[in-house]
Amino acid sequence: MTLTDLANPTKFLALTARLLPWLVGATILLFLIGLYQSATAPDDYQQGATVKIMFIHVPNAWLSMFVWAVMSAAALGTLVWRHPLADVAAKAAAPIGAAFTFLALLTGSLWGRPMWGTYWEWDARLTSVLILFLMYLGLMALWRAVEDPSRAARAAAVLTLVGAINLPIIKFSVDWWNTLHQPASVFRMGGPTLDHAFLIPLLVMALAFTLLFVTLHLAAMRNEILRRRVRSLQMMQASQKAA
Amino acid sequence: MSLGSYASFILASYLAAALVVAILIGWIALDYRIQKRHLRELEESGVIRRSGRSATEIK
Repeated sequence: MTLTDLANPTKFLALTARLLPWLVGATILLFLIGLYQSATAPDDYQQGATVKIMFIHVPNAWLSMFVWAVMSAAALGTLVWRHPLADVAAKAAAPIGAAFTFLALLTGSLWGRPMWGTYWEWDARLTSVLILFLMYLGLMALWRAVEDPSRAARAAAVLTLVGAINLPIIKFSVDWWNTLHQPASVFRMGGPTLDHAFLIPLLVMALAFTLLFVTLHLAAMRNEILRRRVRSLQMMQASQKAA
Repeated sequence: MSLGSYASFILASYLAAALVVAILIGWIALDYRIQKRHLRELEESGVIRRSGRSATEIK
């Protein structure tokens, strides 16, 4: 199956039906391994047991940006190549990205209270991630507000690409400004600074959440294709009744 | 496994993640059933796709 074949929604649905059971199985397996490793990971000498919050906070924070990057690629697909599934991909990804961003903010707050003494601080990293969350909500509202799907797709694609400016701001906020949030400790020049006892469960959980995203995204794309099929059939029905 | 004095923060984080993921899965599964039901109803009312294929066909 080529990329061109995937432009055909029916072929895409067939591929999704074949892939989803395997993805669900792999996601569950990775979560079981990741959760076991998280539960048995030692306490950090500074953070104590709260280091376990990192195993869900960090993957969700990574995914909050990754999902917007996926939506930005899809936005290019909508505006430049007019790929039939590009807008479907972007629209299906937005609520999942919003959920990951919400979890990153929430678990970050729950870690911050015992470690920093506060649930929230208006520092550059936290504020830029909050803006990302609001952009997800705005984008979802835009898709709902514009009735014509092709107009909604173009407007959402432009907004997504404009919003992508926030991604490097989030990533480098800890370097550009003096923030309460600690600098990168995994993806950095010179390699990770984390001990393997924490790095391995973190990476397994990150892979598990990434597979969860892929699984949910494919399922949500399938739903969106069916929703558009319903819409076109309802329009056919209405025109048949009018004729 | 001892979670120490911050157990409530750790458990709240994991429970919140589980809840949000469960809501996402439930919402996507419910949406799938709703769309399939709409398509079945449209097909039963005699509306067919231009290709002539079943609207609920996904394989």
